Order: sequence, then structure tokens, then C-alpha cells
Amino acid sequence: MARKVSTKRKLVMTAIAWTLGFLIFFPILWTFLTSFKSEGDAIASPPVFLFFHWTTENYTEVQSRSDYVLHFWNSVIMSVGSTLLGLLIAIPSAWAMAFSPTKRTKDVLMWMLSTKMMPPVGALIPVYLIFRDMGLLDSRIGLVIVLTLINLPIIVWMLYTYFKEIPGEILEAARMDGASLAKEIVYVLTPMAIPGIASTLLLNIILAWNEAFWTLNLTTSRAAPLTTFIASYSSPEGLFYAKLSAASTMAIAPILILGWFSQKQLVRGLTFGAVK
Amino acid sequence: MLVLKFFWEEDMTLKTILLGAVSALAFSGAASAETLTIATVNNGDMIRMQKLTDDFKAKNPGIDLEWVTLEENVLRQRVTTDIATKSGQYDVMTIGIYETPIWGKQGWLAPLDKLTSDAKYDANDLLPPIRSGLTVDGKLYAAPFYGESSMVMYRKDLFDKAGLKMPEKPTWDFIADAARKITNKGSETYGICLRGKAGWGENMAFLTATANSFGARWFDENWKPQFDQPEWKNTLDFYVKLMKDAGPPGASSNGFNENLALFQTGKCGMWIDATVAASFVTNPKESKVADQVGFALAPDNGLGKRGNWLWSWNLAIPAGSKKVEAAEKFIAWATSKDYLNLVAEKEGWANVPPGTRTSLYQNPEYQKAAAFAKMTLDSINAADPKKPTVKPVPYEGVQYVAIPEFQGIGTAVGQQFSAALAGQVSVDQALKNAQQLTEREMAKAGYPKK
Repeated sequence: MARKVSTKRKLVMTAIAWTLGFLIFFPILWTFLTSFKSEGDAIASPPVFLFFHWTTENYTEVQSRSDYVLHFWNSVIMSVGSTLLGLLIAIPSAWAMAFSPTKRTKDVLMWMLSTKMMPPVGALIPVYLIFRDMGLLDSRIGLVIVLTLINLPIIVWMLYTYFKEIPGEILEAARMDGASLAKEIVYVLTPMAIPGIASTLLLNIILAWNEAFWTLNLTTSRAAPLTTFIASYSSPEGLFYAKLSAASTMAIAPILILGWFSQKQLVRGLTFGAVK
Repeated sequence: MLVLKFFWEEDMTLKTILLGAVSALAFSGAASAETLTIATVNNGDMIRMQKLTDDFKAKNPGIDLEWVTLEENVLRQRVTTDIATKSGQYDVMTIGIYETPIWGKQGWLAPLDKLTSDAKYDANDLLPPIRSGLTVDGKLYAAPFYGESSMVMYRKDLFDKAGLKMPEKPTWDFIADAARKITNKGSETYGICLRGKAGWGENMAFLTATANSFGARWFDENWKPQFDQPEWKNTLDFYVKLMKDAGPPGASSNGFNENLALFQTGKCGMWIDATVAASFVTNPKESKVADQVGFALAPDNGLGKRGNWLWSWNLAIPAGSKKVEAAEKFIAWATSKDYLNLVAEKEGWANVPPGTRTSLYQNPEYQKAAAFAKMTLDSINAADPKKPTVKPVPYEGVQYVAIPEFQGIGTAVGQQFSAALAGQVSVDQALKNAQQLTEREMAKAGYPKK
């Protein structure tokens, strides 16, 4: 990064970056603004941007109709729970594949990823029947299990690439000093891979938070997370865009705030190993 | 999984431990009363019912209600999975008039004999076309919560300006002529807004109902698809040409909501759609044209059938439910005459769920409060799900065909017709494709059935 960059070039680049950033962020901003409009303003044409009558009635309405807190906690439990459980399984397996690869390691990795290649609806009926027979329908533990399983390939893949970047010699040195396998993973490998693990953790919490197929199909009321909360405000016959926007804003706000604060960690983790 | 299931059933200790862990994690507290889980759609009338839950609880102590509100398509997928696998997640389901006869025949629903024999409930008061659509072999399988048909909504001011007068029972020729006269593309005023978005419940609901009035039908008596017949060509030609001349741009992606937004912001001269839209477009809080809206019956071509559909959302109980008695009590409450009075008392007569009971339309207070009441009733009564078309057909259903395969076929045909509207394929090609794919799917499904 020692190249000299002219001020003009810098300005242009900054302008482009901000424009792109704004374009990407715009749908979320629009949802946020719409949530403060009346239903009439929400469909106004040409659309009104800022100068409308601001109201919080949509939020009041959403609050009185749904149990936001219940859905919120369900979302927290299932996204954090599934990610932690996933890490517990994925760290040892990624370690094994990164440091003691065999002839078939690449195939195993590919096979894991292949489970993500089928559209989930293809497995809906068998999974649904298994859940029914085991009494797991509409239960949080059932959701944690299924979300762990669907995100596991991504967790393993991400961790595998991070672990690959760590020189094997360091682990060897630890072994020479008499560290057991467990100690090696806990005291040597994990601290070195913290940025990678942290970004895997965050990314998977976000993925699990937004998962809207299994969470909608396997829950009814008690274990229903925020995705079903949003689905209850969408309607093909009736314009409830402002209320839907209020519900969406409430559903994405927690994860947005979490993402905001952990931005640095996320970026560092995702570009980890790219610069040597 | 079999192995796991084996352990599950055999090893009692493991089972106890696991169950304990599961329930500790899964349930935050068990309710002492009997709880009914009710699946329903997100629309105004259903939301109002949720708010009135207290009245039911006061009259039926010991029964608790838990609501699961979902978007229509999500709900359909959820309840279908649930009932087909007999999972028993819901005690009361909101289902359409399309599903009811299919599921009733399958034996998936508990017949509502108690309601039909209850003099106080007065099942004879239910509107005949709706009741008949929900009945299989003389048994009522679902109770209607609200019903709707379709009609013409038009802008009186634009009609006056163009020197036109809407007849109470317009013909398609009049509608087409008026639409072209009103259209002024320069000022973004379009003569007519119609559904174009592909889907069995979107453009195909409108086009199937329209085709009925053009003398077309989906199948002949031997279940042979009829898209190669001149009646369908007339229907689709008429629709595509009219929309090209007098419709809004990008109409092939417009469904109910898009057209509602266009009409409410003053961009449509006419809109033919669900009667339930009447309460939205006449609401001054949402609609810019609230005081200028007039209503007329759906158009016809003088063949004896009008181009209006018939739909109702109904409450039903899955067969094998362990809470049938409580569920029946709830359905009786929600679809009773008393419930209509309760809504009227709390929210006014204009907000009473329409289209289910004859007595509501004889009520002078309701007639006064809902300007569109008579039009709704006439439209519903003009539709006959058991005899929907000019020529005889082997199926039931006005804007749909009450067979399980219809959702898939209807949406695929809808995509062809939407493409024709967008100008991606010609009308002839769209009909040819529709004929081929329907023939193929019907053969696969084994029609004609013995």
C-alpha cells in the first residue's frame, strides 16, 4: 500500500464508494422510512421521500398485535444456539482436515458443500415427518438442530480455510513441548484463529437469523422466530406496506446493530490471510 | 433415522432424559386451559376477529386461543403440509373454498354436522353459492368466515368527463369502449386496470372468470383441455388488446395490491377485482378517489354467465383432531349471527365480515352503512361453483378447478398468459403452450379418472 495516490483519485474513489454503499443500503433505508408513513403515504406516487407526516402508529399497531419479545428471544436462541453448537462440531473437524489431510479430504469437503446444493424444499417432507414423529415440531431445540445442520458446511469450510493459513510448524512446536491434542486445539490453534472464528460466528448468526424457510415451516407459535413475525404482516390482498415495514424494521434492527458493532471483526476475519 | 427411532421407542431412560431436556428448553410454561391453535390469513377481517377474542373466552371459559397469522401463500403451504402429514399443529385452520371440497373428499376434514343441525346457528342462512361450494356429499366441511366475488369499480368523475354512463350490468363491449375513451396516457390515466401477474390465484382467477363469460371452459366433460377452442382465443385476444390500448404500463406484473395502489392514487378509470377492495378504495384515509368510486356487476357477453368469481375464507377442523368439541365451539362463535352483531357494535356495520349470511343483507342498518352491500350480494349470487360455465364441465369452481393439480397447472398457464400480455409470446403461441402443458399434466395425473 505504499503507492502514492493523488487527491483527485482519492476523491473520486470515495464518491464511488459512498454511492455504492448508499445504493446497497437504500432498500433498508426505504423500509425504515416507510415504517413511519401512513398506509396512504406508503403507496403515494410519485413516492415521498422525507416530507410526509411522520407517525409511529404502525409500531403501536404491530406491538399490540404480536408478541415481539417472544419472537425476538426465539430468534436469539436459535441463531446463537445453532452457531455455537455448529462451532463445537466444526472446530475439531476443520482442524482434522486442515492439519491431517488424507487422500479423501477434498472429497469430504465437497460432499459437505453438496448438501447445500439441493433446494431445501426437496427435503421438507422427510424432515417434517421426522420432526413430527420425534415431537420436535414447533420446538426451539428442533430449530437449533436443523439450523446447525444446514449451516454446518459453511462453518466447516470457513474454518478450514482459516486453519489452512496457520503454519503447521507452530502446532508441531507445541506438540514437541508436550501439549496434548486437546491442549493444542484450545491453547494454540484457537487463539491464533480467533479472527477467523469470530467472523464465522458472526456470519452464521446473521445467516441463522435470516433463515426463512425452515423457521417458517417447522414452527407454529411457541417457537416461531422473527421471520414468522414478518410473514404475519405480509398480505397479497390489502396494502399494509407501512405495517409490514414497521415489522421488518423491528426484525432486522437487532442484527443490524450487532453487525454494526462487529463490523471491524467481520471485515478482518473475511480478509484474514489475504495479505501476507 | 430408523435406528434413532428404535432407541427413541425402546430406551425409556434415554427417552425420559431427552424429553425432559426437550421440554425444559422448548416450553416456557404449560397452560392449564385447553388451548386452540388457530391458523389464519393476514387480512382486516381476521385481525378484527383476533381483537375480539375476549368475547369468546368470556362465553367459553376453559378454552384459550392462540393465533398464528400468516401471509396467504405461506399459510397455504403450512396448513397443507400439516394436514397431509396429519401432524396436528393446528386445531382450527383457515382454508379457501378451493381446498375445502378437495380436502373434504380426502377425508382430511371433520364434517361440521353439529353446526348444520343447530337451529340457533341456522346454517340455512348461509349464502347458497358459498354453502354449496363448501359441501361434499351433503356434508358441510368448513364454515364461511367471509366471502367475496368480483365486480367493476369505476371512477364517476372520469365517466362524467367522457360523457359515459355505467350501466348496472355492463357488457364487455361497453367496458372496452369506455376504457379506451377514458385513457389519457399523457396524464397517466389508464382506462382499465386488470390483473396480469402470473399465478393461479392472481391473473388466472381473473382470466378464468372472464373466460366463463366468453363461453370458454378449462375442460370438456372428458377432462380434455380446451385452450385450443375459439372461446379461449377470443378471451385472451380481447384481454391483451384491451390492456395494450387502455391498460397501465408493465401490467404483466400487476396483481391485486399493485392495482389497488394504482386505483387509489387515481391512475385507473376502472378496475375489475375482488369485492373486498370496495372498503379500501372508499376509505378516505387511504384512497385519493374515495368519494368518486362507483360499482357495477362484472361484465358479460350475453351468454348467461358473468365474469365474476366466488371466493370465501372458511374455518375448518382437521380430521382426527383431539380438540374437535372446543374447535366446533370456536367456529360456531366466529361464523355466527351474533359475531356479526358483535363486530357491528364494536367497530360499526361497515366493518362486519361480508358475504356469508343472507340475514346480513336484509339488515337495513347494514344496507345503510355499506354502500357496496347490494352489489356484493348480487355478485356472489351470480356465481355458481357447481355450474360455473356456459357449456357443461366435469369440475367445480368458478375461477379455479377444484382438483389438487390445479395450483400447479393454473400457475403454469398463468405464466404463459402473463407472457402474452407482456408481448413476449403471441396469443396463439401462449394458448398452444397452455394446451400442451395442461394435456401433459392431466395425463400424468391420470385423468379422466374412472
